Amino acid sequence: MTARRFAILALALMLASPAHAVQPDEIMSDPAKEARARALSRELRCMVCQNQSIDDSDAPLARDLRLLVRERIAAGDSDAQVIDFLVARYGQFVLLKPRLGGETLLLWVLPPLLLAAGAAGLAIHARRRRAASIAPLTPQEEEKLAALVGDEPPQKS
Amino acid sequence: MSPEVGHYSLILALTLALIQSVVPIVGARRNDAALMAVGTSTSLAQFAFALVAFGVLTVAYVASDFSVANVVENSHSLKPLLYKITGVWGNHEGSMLLWVLILALFGALVALFGANLPATLRANVLGVQAWIATAFYLFILGTSNPFLRIAPPPPEGQDLNPVLQDIGLAVHPPLLYLGYVGFSISFSFAVAALIEGRIDAAWARWVRPWTLVAWMFLTLGIAMGSYWAYYELGWGGWWFWDPVENASLMPWIAGTALLHSAVVMEKRSALKIWTLLLAILTFSLSLLGTFLVRSGVLTSVHSFATDPLRGVFILAILAVFIGGSLALYAWRAPALKQGGLFAPVSREGALVLNNLFLTTACATVFVGTLYPLALEALTGDKISVGAPFFNLTFGPLFVMLLVAVPFGPLLAWKRGDVLGAMQRLMAAGLAGLLGIAAAFAWTWGGPVLAPFGIGLAVFVIVGAFTDLAERSGFPRVGAGVAVRRLAGLPRSALGTAVAHAGLGVTLLGIVAETTWSSEQIVALKAGERVAIAGYELKLDGVVDRQGPNYREQVARFSVRRGGDEIGELAPSRRSFAARQTSTTEAALMTRGVSQLYASLGDSAPDGAIAVRIYHKPLVLLIWLGAVVMVCGGLLSLSDRRLRVGAPRPAKAAAMAQRAQAAE
Repeated sequence: MTARRFAILALALMLASPAHAVQPDEIMSDPAKEARARALSRELRCMVCQNQSIDDSDAPLARDLRLLVRERIAAGDSDAQVIDFLVARYGQFVLLKPRLGGETLLLWVLPPLLLAAGAAGLAIHARRRRAASIAPLTPQEEEKLAALVGDEPPQKS
Repeated sequence: MSPEVGHYSLILALTLALIQSVVPIVGARRNDAALMAVGTSTSLAQFAFALVAFGVLTVAYVASDFSVANVVENSHSLKPLLYKITGVWGNHEGSMLLWVLILALFGALVALFGANLPATLRANVLGVQAWIATAFYLFILGTSNPFLRIAPPPPEGQDLNPVLQDIGLAVHPPLLYLGYVGFSISFSFAVAALIEGRIDAAWARWVRPWTLVAWMFLTLGIAMGSYWAYYELGWGGWWFWDPVENASLMPWIAGTALLHSAVVMEKRSALKIWTLLLAILTFSLSLLGTFLVRSGVLTSVHSFATDPLRGVFILAILAVFIGGSLALYAWRAPALKQGGLFAPVSREGALVLNNLFLTTACATVFVGTLYPLALEALTGDKISVGAPFFNLTFGPLFVMLLVAVPFGPLLAWKRGDVLGAMQRLMAAGLAGLLGIAAAFAWTWGGPVLAPFGIGLAVFVIVGAFTDLAERSGFPRVGAGVAVRRLAGLPRSALGTAVAHAGLGVTLLGIVAETTWSSEQIVALKAGERVAIAGYELKLDGVVDRQGPNYREQVARFSVRRGGDEIGELAPSRRSFAARQTSTTEAALMTRGVSQLYASLGDSAPDGAIAVRIYHKPLVLLIWLGAVVMVCGGLLSLSDRRLRVGAPRPAKAAAMAQRAQAAE
């Protein structure tokens, strides 16, 4: 068990990241910059693949884009500038997370909107149904109820 | 055997489906037993003929009969026998044939095992099933006929896509289709009930086992596909939010909601509208999935067909079945009687919340998948919607749902007590907090959200078993008594606990693998070493081999841990001559439920070979959790109330007689 714990500890000290197609000759010498490059690559789409990020894809185009990202980082661009550069070159298609804009507003707004609308609809439906099915008692029925229940104090069962 | 036999069988099956579409439904309206019985015999015969057609196609593949165009395009005489057989469904026409075969299979199963259904309901169900079958037989015979011939037959076939020559992938489509197509029965039940104008708790009881079977297979199919992607595609990813993956996830989510709705309908005769709509929706999503994959609207390793005629035909099928069923629902819905009332905080309320979250999650995936298509069609702009979007929208929904999962079984019907449930979940909550603490302790300095994910997973697993603990009296009574009580519990209670626990197990695997996997990407020469996660790998050498229809480059690694040699990893790259493509075969070493994963990259000119090595902790739990969910489903399926039908009239009469005699 101790060995496993050490393994997990060692794990924690390593760079945590999921799967990729990065080649050894692409890796930058500065680990911090490499980490930035990896994080950015995960947000960028390989444009000849189906929904894969350039970090995941083996395609030659993906490799070119990975090298381009690293070039821009090495040239001193910030993360936002790298993304802007790529969007200016290739269009919005290269982003895996669509930017919030006029065209994509519906896309981002729909999930929380649907949840809220659904919840509201259910609440209204439940209240309407309960109101409809519980009719108030007439005075005669009230008297009858009182007579049945009597003057006994409420008993805990 | 001439492939024409198969072709003719298919046409006969179509004819039977046409008869089955009309006669039993007419019989149900007129209450004519003879006409209704036609449905049963045509179902069985239709299945037999579909089976013959499928069998003939399989024989053509096995015998490498290159007079059949489909075999020429998708097979090769040098392929191993297993892959010749699985190649039958590794292409568009063959997989559509498998689709209708399973459709006919489920119809036949209803005919065989539906003896306890009222005759009119069964007749209507088989009739609706036949409508679907007719549409698809016409589609196959019209646009995707696997039995088209070539004259003169070419001497050799074109190889199957090598990426598909894999045992995991061989199993994936049949499992998935059993799931997708199985939901057609739920759809048929829903439409039949709407036609009859009668829907009640008994209907929910009959629908549930069929839905459960379909759901189980779909779970297995999705898990298999994900595991296949993990070890085959070479980079250890297992879910890409690929539109085709989403197309299988959506019916799964809707099917889960349907299962839970049917439970409420069975017990309390409530949630009729939800159950009906979900039954229609689930199969509609299956049909939509078929359209997305088959029409070539989206290209992927899955889509075989890029013929627009096929796309239009399926779109027409979609419009008819989805539009028609919703129109029928709109017409008949006012006739539905209101079911049992319940307080908002109760088991029904919890299941309504469950439905809400699942439906919203399904809608999120739907929107994310189809938005780029719609936007491109409307404005011409191309955008991408990928994992980052779904992580932000789908993730939180599911997290909220998982928090609520352990509460559901602990709330009472009609009027539940949340505080009481919370008290009973204290042990589970404590376990969850311990999980968070342990995860923080082990990974101090790592990502912050992940330990909460671990805690949530532990909470779900322990919470799932809290209900069983309550009912069996453990630990108040001894272990022996508790076990006996557990054995006497209805199996569906056991099934619920196991299935929910499976969900927690999957979450555990997902959090662990996403957060704490580590990797090394290096270029190695023979004799060089690389260290990862406490293991040390040494490249012993690279060997070239010749396989049955490929050339292979294998790299041998010896794996050491703490100085002791524990095994070997042998990742390779295969190049297929006939198709001019190559694939990577990753090497996996399983250590408990974690895995070491190695895959090869390119060779450098100086003889070094690029290699990617990953350590993925607890990754197998992702798919083991799915298997656990299916086990829960099996337990539920074996529940006594699904095996024992209503008492037969003869027994009731005999008891009445005995009672009279005793007086």
